[in-house]
Amino acid sequence: MPIPWQGVLKKIDNYRWEIPQSYKAGMSVPGLIFASESMLGHIWEEQVFQQVANVAFLPGIVGHSLAMPDIHWGYGFPIGGVAATRVKDGVVSPGGVGFDINCGVRLLRTNLTEEEVRLKIEQLVAALFINVPSGLGSEGKIRVNEKELEKVLTKGSRWALEKGYGEAEDITATEESGCLKGADPDKVSSKAKKRGIPQLGTLGSGNHFLEVEVVDEIYDRDAAAVMGINDVGQVLLLVHTGSRGFGHEVCTDYVRLLGEAVKRYGISLPDRQLACAPVQSPEGQDYLAAMSCAANYAWTNRQCIAHWVRESFIRVFGKSLRELGMEQIYDVCHNIAKIEEHTIDGKKHTLCVHRKGATRAFPAAHPDIPDIYQNIGQPVLIPGDMGRCSYIALGTELAMKESFGSTCHGAGRVQSRSAAKRSLRGADVAKALAAKGIKVKTGSIGSLAEEASEAYKDVSEVVDITDKAGISHKVARAIPIGVIKG
Amino acid sequence: MEKDFEIIDHTADVGIIAYGTSISQTFANAAKALFSLITELDNVEEVLHRDIELVAPDQESLLIAWLNELIYLFDTENVIFKRFEITKLDNTRLKARSYGEKVNSSKHKLKTGVKAATYHMLRIDKANVCKAQVLFDI
Repeated sequence: MPIPWQGVLKKIDNYRWEIPQSYKAGMSVPGLIFASESMLGHIWEEQVFQQVANVAFLPGIVGHSLAMPDIHWGYGFPIGGVAATRVKDGVVSPGGVGFDINCGVRLLRTNLTEEEVRLKIEQLVAALFINVPSGLGSEGKIRVNEKELEKVLTKGSRWALEKGYGEAEDITATEESGCLKGADPDKVSSKAKKRGIPQLGTLGSGNHFLEVEVVDEIYDRDAAAVMGINDVGQVLLLVHTGSRGFGHEVCTDYVRLLGEAVKRYGISLPDRQLACAPVQSPEGQDYLAAMSCAANYAWTNRQCIAHWVRESFIRVFGKSLRELGMEQIYDVCHNIAKIEEHTIDGKKHTLCVHRKGATRAFPAAHPDIPDIYQNIGQPVLIPGDMGRCSYIALGTELAMKESFGSTCHGAGRVQSRSAAKRSLRGADVAKALAAKGIKVKTGSIGSLAEEASEAYKDVSEVVDITDKAGISHKVARAIPIGVIKG
Repeated sequence: MEKDFEIIDHTADVGIIAYGTSISQTFANAAKALFSLITELDNVEEVLHRDIELVAPDQESLLIAWLNELIYLFDTENVIFKRFEITKLDNTRLKARSYGEKVNSSKHKLKTGVKAATYHMLRIDKANVCKAQVLFDI
């Protein structure tokens, strides 16, 4: 059988495939996909190449239009895409960040063992489900008015800390210390604020979750020890959520506004969802100021949720926070645009790096990562689907050279939500997970089928590719034993 | 008209194709399709209504603005709409009254959260039968 991508993709090595600039007239740079040969079939069928190629149209894009191995078809930008544009004459695109601005992952360690936690897993999962509001239409326990919300938007995680949520050390163990500079609430519509107010401190629905997990493999013991991961059997807690309706509205508003700006600036695009404006233009600056507000909202959200998670553990295990050793390993965002310095062909450039379903992966000694990780590199947190496993990895020098300091963000869907629902029943998924020793609690049993393992790529394959390609370095793996789904 | 709309599969998201004998009916059916993703509309009664007036640079943008406005109302007021009267619709302007009720968790089972309507794969055809295709981020 002929290989459909033969003559289209140029094989660089076993993990790198180039889409030449000649693939589509209008591309400013070539595309580069990090994937194994066996993954290409699915990527081809989904026509993700087209989307990677479309992103290469963005004015001022440099290097490659990149795709991580967890890539799948998005709206406009592919999910698992990275695009860096020059700040001086390039564009910023809200579609390159996505609707769930600063959707991300926070990982807490504990001193607890699998044995101790399994004994009380029912109670723990029930306590987490009660303490952390989740599900469609749920409202948070935090009451803020518009004035207070504006403080959330400018301060980020620090607002939560000042209100008594979390520990001071959490701030340093968060990307950007939980606050993107330049956030300006005046650039956010009143509609976004109205959506954001009742949803602060909620997990949400869809693929957002809390996961109680157990370390089952350590690949780099020294690096793991720096993160406080010492043994197989140690229990960790993962939070996955974002900026809720607030971020969705910011993106909606700015896709519309920048859609109009595209005409004013004479930018020609193959897809309206790629709407963009020059980074330096008033429209581009306004978007970045509003996006930063949403990023800060998301960090506050995860900071508050992590606090209730700790409270739940304290209550269920009858131990103090210190005894539990529930320190934050790190918090990363995987839907964001950042202004960063990168070196291309020996020359320093200030770039706007869009990561849509991709994680920052800065190496050791990078000034933007916390002191404690200066010797090992930035922790990269990669959640899988709820039936398989999650990974902890590190950023690398090669990521800086090849992927603007970025790597994958998760498993990546292979099956649509409705296809998953057609082939699986939520109750059966819960039963199958229970048989694997995973206790699940959800407000919507039907949505469980949408998030079943079968709907996702195997995260292990995704992480192995990024490890072998060298854009991140595998440290440890953890398997779920308790899951809260929104 | 055989059907008001159909749902189209998409790996990460979900799309709809709405049909109508007029563009107004197509816009109304697109809204119905949106709320059918969120919950079973059979269980929704018409006990309240909201008026919406929108302006957009073109009809495609107007369709996206219309659907996003309804998502906004669902998110902020917890209202599920099931019937839509489009009273004015041209290339740039829309006036509509939407009927439905507030979410009642004992009566309405919420299925899917919809983040936004996107411009990706957006198409409006105005042949004998009007057709509108929209992809939602869910």
